Parts: sequence; C-alpha cells; structure tokens
Amino acid sequence: MSQFFTDAVQFLPILISGLGVTIAVTLAALVISVVLGLVWALMGISKNPVLRGISRVVINTVRGIPIIVQLFYVYFVLPELGVQLDAFVAGAIGLGIAYSVYQAENFRAGFSSVDPMLIEAAQALGMSERKIMLRVIMPLAVRVTLPPFGNTSVMLLKDSSIASTITVAELTRAGQLLAVSTFQNMSVYTLIALLYLAMSLPLTYLVGRLERRFARK
Amino acid sequence: MISLKNVSKSFGDTQVLKDISFEIQRGEVVCLIGPSGSGKSTILRCINGLERHDGGEISVDGAPVTDKSLPAIRGKVAMVFQRFNLFPHRTAQENVAEGPIHVAGRPVAEAMAEAKTLLERVGLADKCEAYPAKLSGGQQQRVGIARALAMKPQAILFDEPTSALDPERVGEVLKVMRALADEGMTMVIVTHEIGFAREVADRVLFMDGGRIVESGPAREVLTAPKVERTRVFLDRVLNPL
Ligand SMILES: Nc1ncnc2c1ncn2[C@@H]1O[C@H](COP(=O)(O)OP(=O)(O)OP(=O)(O)O)[C@@H](O)[C@H]1O
Ligand SMILES: [Mg+2]
Repeated sequence: MSQFFTDAVQFLPILISGLGVTIAVTLAALVISVVLGLVWALMGISKNPVLRGISRVVINTVRGIPIIVQLFYVYFVLPELGVQLDAFVAGAIGLGIAYSVYQAENFRAGFSSVDPMLIEAAQALGMSERKIMLRVIMPLAVRVTLPPFGNTSVMLLKDSSIASTITVAELTRAGQLLAVSTFQNMSVYTLIALLYLAMSLPLTYLVGRLERRFARK
Repeated sequence: MISLKNVSKSFGDTQVLKDISFEIQRGEVVCLIGPSGSGKSTILRCINGLERHDGGEISVDGAPVTDKSLPAIRGKVAMVFQRFNLFPHRTAQENVAEGPIHVAGRPVAEAMAEAKTLLERVGLADKCEAYPAKLSGGQQQRVGIARALAMKPQAILFDEPTSALDPERVGEVLKVMRALADEGMTMVIVTHEIGFAREVADRVLFMDGGRIVESGPAREVLTAPKVERTRVFLDRVLNPL
C-alpha cells in the first residue's frame, strides 16, 4: 500500500498530463460527433428519400466497423491518399465519426418523441419551419436526448483510450509507457482506472440528475 | 370571408371530401356536425393548410389557399384543437404570447402583457405561470382559445373543442366560445354539442361520407331536419340509449 502511494506521487503528474489529452480528444470528438450526428439525424427524418437513404447507409456502415479499425483507417490509410493528419486530429476525427452514429440515434429518438400535434399547433400559428425547429422541436427533443447523450458521452470518454493505439499521448498511452518503463503495473493501471472513474462517475451522476429533473417537469 | 368551391380531397384511394362548397360570412358562427369519419376535421385542416386539398378552390378573404399564401392565411384564421396541443414546455402565458412574439414579431413585454389580458378574459388570470400539465382539460382549452385570439384572427376554426373534456368541464369552454360569438367573431365549429349549436350557431352544416348532406339555419336543421340521414344522426346523438 505504501508502495502505491509513493508510486502515485511519482506517476500522477505524468498521468495527469495524459488525462488532459484524454479530455481534449474526448471534447474534440464530442463536438464532431454532435455535428455529424445532427446531420445524420436531420437527413434521417427529412422528407427526401435520397437523404434518408444516405443517412441509413452511413449509420449502418459506421456502426458495423470496429472503432479501432476506423481510427487506423483515418491515421494510416488517409496519408496514402494524400491526407496527412497529426495523431491527435486523426483520433478526434475517427472517434467523432464513430460516435456520430450513436449521437444520431439519440437525436432521432428525441425528434420522434415530439408529438406531431404540437408541430401542427405551431404551424397553425403561422410559425416558420425554422422557428418550429428552434422553439418547439429542439426544446422538447432535448429532454429526451440529454440523458442518452450523457451516457454516450461517458462511453466516448472511455473509448478515447482507443486513440492510444494510434500514438495519441492520452491517459491510457501515458500509463502504458509508464508501466513498461517502471514495471509497476499494479500501481499504474490502478491509478489509470481511478482517474477514468474520477471523470465518469460525476458525469454519470449528472446525467441521472438531469434525467430526474426532466421527468419531474 | 371563407369560401369553398367544389373542394375535394383524397387520402390515397379514399376520397374523404367530395365536391364541398359553402361560404362563411364575416361574423357568422357555423357548426359542422356529422358522424365520425365524415370529413369534418379534414375540412378545417384544408382551410388553414394543415392538409392540402386536391381539387376545387378554398379562399379566405378573397385570397386562394396555396403554399405561398399560407403564412397570410394562418395570420387570419386561427385554430383550436380537440386535444388542446399547448406547448408543454411553456407556461400558459408563454403559450399565448408565442405567436405574437415569434410569428408576428411583437415586442416581448407588450405581447406578454396582452397574453395576460387574454387569459383574464377566458377566466384564467391566476394561471399565467402554470404549465399545461398543471391545468385541467377545460383550463388548457381556454388557454388554447386565448392562444388563438392572441393572433388577432378574423376567424377561428374549432375542431371538437370540448370532446376531450370531462363533462363538468365542457360548460366553461362553451361559455368562452359563446362570448366570442356574441362579440361577432367568425367561427367554424366542429362539435357534437347539439344544444350549443342550436343556441349559438347561425348555420349548421351536416356532413356524411365526405359530402354536405344538409345545411341551413341552426334551429331548422337541428329541430326539423329535412334529410333522413340528418334525422337519424341527431336522434342517435340526442338519445344515445
Ligand atoms: N392523414 C390521413 N391519412 C389517411 N386517412 C385519413 C387521414 N386523416 C383522415 N383520414 C380519413 O379521412 C376520413 C375523414 O377524416 P376526418 O378526420 O376528417 O373525419 P371527422 O369527421 O373529423 O371524424 P371524427 O368525428 O372521428 O373526428 C376518415 O375516414 C379518416 O380515416
Ligand atoms: Mg375530427
């Protein structure tokens, strides 16, 4: 035990800088996944059958490929096609694309939870399509979307460790390097696990609170 | 003010409106009655463009109802729904002010003050801050009527405004509607409240199978219908046992 604490004091600064990268790559991937996810979801509920088809194909394709393969693709294959990406950027883009299909599903569930009769009420008031989206659909969809969105974000945070495989110096990779050089597997991986928990547990708690808050209204 | 000429409408293979023609004058109160599925709601929905009619012509204030004219038409013709359709994430007052602020572009403070006045007018002065979920059906429907009035419409379409209410809540909504009629509002009301129609409506249209089978002054049609189909329907509504 005392070994663990001396290791902790020694390793934590290195691991925490990895943690910073983990948070950065997670946030970047989150933004990408939300933007793309909204695009897929909006295409999926559009009146245009071609857009709906594209959305379905994209979602099924991305969902059917392991995330690690998608990251390898962005990092190792794109350069052969002339697109050279820095590991961090490749990680954020790869994770963002992979997670966009889960976000799309969250958004779709939110949109389809909105009672069509409310949309008709807004139309009858003479509201424009854009206003209906902003003032009726979005605020109501958010209540349904936010809890699964929170869960998806926690999963993304954990899956950001996959970026270690393409040399992004995030928490897991920083830990791996440390473990290899110090042989303190127990201390290092326990610390890594605790650091992930330190982020995911509060997030999960927050999601639960949001869920209860929306259920009450 | 509202005119339909030879209007027809089909959903897929089933024609639900067949050659419908009638006119509604400014200030007139017209009740639309008839059995379920006869096309009453569809007529209202075609007038304010929630459904597109596929034959004939509908015009409001002389302007034909088309995609391009819809915003203008909806500014003139408001709608009250059977299931109220209030925005659940907004208070009663916000529901009423939504159209004036976000469609008509009125200043927020002004629109909110007016919304309050309208809620007072339908007897809900103390419910401004209440969310729809906290209101009874009758209260929600009165908010629905205030929301329609807030757009300063020239006519209001009511689609079975009291059908979703507990019996003891029906009266409070009908009272508000009667007051509107007395003030000269143009109203088209789909309803099964025969007593209300007899007292308040100027005219009644009886529909069956997508057609207007009988029409005339409310008292005449409802007390001495000329058409057998109308008589059978009224008898069934008035004497359910
Ligand atoms: N969106 C739709 N798609 C297909 N059929 C529809 C649609 N809306 C209405 N219908 C059909 O059109 C016919 C007329 O419907 P409408 O709602 O106008 O009747 P209604 O007279 O209002 O009846 P109710 O008293 O039950 O409200 C019905 O047979 C109904 O099933
Ligand atoms: Mg109906």
